[in-house]
Amino acid sequence: MSPARRSRAVPTPLPAPVPQTLDVDAILDDPTVRIVVCCGSGGVGKTTAAAALGVRAAERGRRTVVLTIDPARRLAQSLGLTSLENEPRAVRGVDTSAGGRLDAMMLDMKRTFDEVVTAHADEVKAQQIFANPFYQSLSSSFAGTQEYMAMEKLGQLRARADAEGTWDLIVVDTPPSRSALDFLDAPKRLGSFLDGRLIRILMAPAKAGGRAYLRFVGAGIERVTNALTKVLGAQVLKDVQTFVAALDTMFGGFRERADQTYALLQAPGTSFLVVASPEPDALREASYFVERLAAEHMPLAGLLVNRLHHVGRLAGLSAEESIAAAERLDRLGGHPLTSALLRQHAERERQAIRERHVVDRFVAAHPDVALAYAPAQASDVHDLAGLRAVAAAVAANAAR
Amino acid sequence: MARPKDAPSKDWPDVRLHVVTGKGGTGKTTAAGALALALASGGGRVLIVEVEGRQGLAQLFDTPPLGYAEERLAPAPEGGEVFGLAVDPEDALLEYLELFYRMRSAGRLLDRFGVVDFATTIAPGLRDVLLTGKVYEAVGKRRAGRREYDAVVLDAPPTGRIARFLNVNSEVAGLAKVGPIRSQADSIMGLLRSRRTAIHVVTLLEEMPVQETVDAVAELAEIGLPVGGIVLNMLRSAPLRPTDLAAAAKDALPRAEVLAGLGAAGVEATPETVAVLLEEAREAAERAALERRERRRVSALGRPMYALPLLADGMDLGGLQDLAAELAAQGAA
Repeated sequence: MSPARRSRAVPTPLPAPVPQTLDVDAILDDPTVRIVVCCGSGGVGKTTAAAALGVRAAERGRRTVVLTIDPARRLAQSLGLTSLENEPRAVRGVDTSAGGRLDAMMLDMKRTFDEVVTAHADEVKAQQIFANPFYQSLSSSFAGTQEYMAMEKLGQLRARADAEGTWDLIVVDTPPSRSALDFLDAPKRLGSFLDGRLIRILMAPAKAGGRAYLRFVGAGIERVTNALTKVLGAQVLKDVQTFVAALDTMFGGFRERADQTYALLQAPGTSFLVVASPEPDALREASYFVERLAAEHMPLAGLLVNRLHHVGRLAGLSAEESIAAAERLDRLGGHPLTSALLRQHAERERQAIRERHVVDRFVAAHPDVALAYAPAQASDVHDLAGLRAVAAAVAANAAR
Repeated sequence: MARPKDAPSKDWPDVRLHVVTGKGGTGKTTAAGALALALASGGGRVLIVEVEGRQGLAQLFDTPPLGYAEERLAPAPEGGEVFGLAVDPEDALLEYLELFYRMRSAGRLLDRFGVVDFATTIAPGLRDVLLTGKVYEAVGKRRAGRREYDAVVLDAPPTGRIARFLNVNSEVAGLAKVGPIRSQADSIMGLLRSRRTAIHVVTLLEEMPVQETVDAVAELAEIGLPVGGIVLNMLRSAPLRPTDLAAAAKDALPRAEVLAGLGAAGVEATPETVAVLLEEAREAAERAALERRERRRVSALGRPMYALPLLADGMDLGGLQDLAAELAAQGAA
C-alpha cells in the first residue's frame, strides 16, 4: 500500500499485540533447568504459583524442592508445612509414579543466618556473634535480612542438590519485598558493603596496627568515626565494631557466597518466571523486573499472568450488549433473575476487558516476553488438588 | 488559606497520624489517598507520606513524581488541601545529620565512605528508623505557632512488615541505651503508641488478605501499637439477590425461565448461553459465601469497619474523591 493511499484511509486501530506463548511444561521437563525463580510484586499469587509448579514438576518426574518464604497458612498446610523447620520435608499426596518427588520448606531467616555463622566461625567466635546485640537485631527483626537469607538458602539447597543428588529442580518463591527487585540486589549489596571502606573503618580500631591503617586510608577517617560515635552513641558503635570484628574471618565466605548466588542466578540452568495479576500496578512492577533481568543477563522464561478472566465468553453478549438487554428486560418487567444474570455477566466482561487492556499494554512494551495465563478462581487455592488444577490450566493454555 | 478543622475525624478525633497498611494488592495506597482526601475535606490540611520509593502517590493523584519536599497533591472538597511527600532514606539521613547534629559536611563525608549506603540499604532497620523519624517530624511540624498539618496519613509498608517497621525504634532503644538516637527513638515510640496514632488495615474479603489482617492486628496489639479501623476494599456489587445466589450455589436456578428471559430481551440464546450465565452465578455465589465468611472473621476483630466499592472503570481522581466521600460518610473522617 502506498503511503498516499494509506493517508486517505480512515485510521484503523492497531491490532492487539500477540504475545509469545510460554510453555511451562517445556521448562519443567527440561533437565537442564535446575532453578525456577518465581518473582513479582506482593499479592499476585507468587507463592501459589511456585507451589503449583512444584507439584506439576514433581508429578512429571522431577525431583523437586519448593522454597517458600511466607506462605498463607492453609497453603502451607496443604504442603504439610505445619512448623518452621528450615529444612525441606516431603509433601504427602503427590503422585510419584513418574519417578519424581516433592519436598517443601518455609524459610526461617534467623535460623538460616545462625547456620551461616556456625558454618563459618569457630565455636567461641560463633557464641560471641550470637551474643552481640547488633547481630540479634540484624538477624531477627530488621527488614531486608529475609532477602539475603532467601538467597543464602537457595545457595545451600543447590549445593546440597549437587552434592547429594537429592533434587534436580529447585522452585523458589521470593520474599514480599518493598520492591520485587530487593532480593536480586541483596546479595550484591552485601558484597559491595563487605568490600567497602566503611567495613574497614569499623574494623580498624579492633585491629592491631589500626593507626597505621588509618593513616593509609586517609585523613577523613577520624571525623567519620567521630561522627558515627556522635550519631549512634559510643556503645552502639562498639557493638557494631565487635560484631564486624567477629565476622572478620567469615567475610571471605560471605562475599564468596554472595558472588556465587549471583552467578547462580545468571547461569543457564536458572529460569525466572515473573508472576503478575492483570492489574496496572502489578504489571508495572513486572515491566521493571523484565527490564532489570535483561540488564543483569538473567534468564527470563516469561510472564505468568495470574487470575485472568477471559474476554468474550458469550458471542452476542458483550458488556454493553448485556447491559442493554438487561435494561430492555427491566423496562418490560417480569424477568428479574435474567436481568440480574445479564448484569452479572456484564460486570465480569468489563473486568475481563480491563484486564486484557493492561496485559496488551505490557505485551506491546515487551513483545519478546512469552506469556502464560492462570484463570481467575472464585476462591483461594489451598490444597494439592487446587494446585494441580492451577498448574494444569497454565500448561493447557500453552498447548492450545 | 483554609482554616483547620477542630476534629478532623469522627471515629478518630484524637488521631493525628493515620497509618495505612494492608497486604500487597489490596489497594492500600488508594485507601490511604482516599482517607487523606476525606480528612482534608471541610478545610483541613493533610499530608500523605509514602516511604517505599514507588511513587505510588504521584500515580494515584496523577502528578509528576514527588521530590524530597512536600508538594500540594489535590484540593479536597470545601477548601481542604492534601499535600504529598515521598521520603527518600538517603536524603532523610543527610537531613537528619544536619538537623540533629549540624553535620552537613560530615554527612557528605559519611556518604563518601559508604555509611549512607550502609544505613539505607545494608542495615534496612536503620532505613526504617529514618523513615519513621521523618513521619514523626511531619506530625510535629509547626509553622507560625500552629500545627502545619491537621493530620498525617502514612502509606505504610505491607502487613507482613508493618509491626517490624513501626516497632523499629524500640529495637533501637534496645540497642542504644543512651544518647541522642535513644531519645529520638523514645519520642517516636511515644507517638506511635499513643492515642494520637491509629493503624488502619486495608483488606479484600479474601482468605489470604484477611488472614494477614488478623495476624497483623494480633501482632500490633501484642507490641502495644494502636490498631485503628479495617477497610474492606474493592467490594463488588452483587446484582443477584441472596435467594438467587443460594439457588445458584445448588445449581437450582430455573434454566427454562432464564432462557425465556433471554428470549424476551431479544438475545439469541442457546442452552449453552444459559449454562455459562448460571456457571457465572455459581461462581458469584461461591465468592459471596467466601466474602461472608471472611467478613465474619474481620468483624470478630471488633474494630470499626469501612467498606469501599470496586470502581468498575478503574481508578482516577474522580473515583478517589468518591472513595473519600464513602470513608467520610462511614465515619472514618
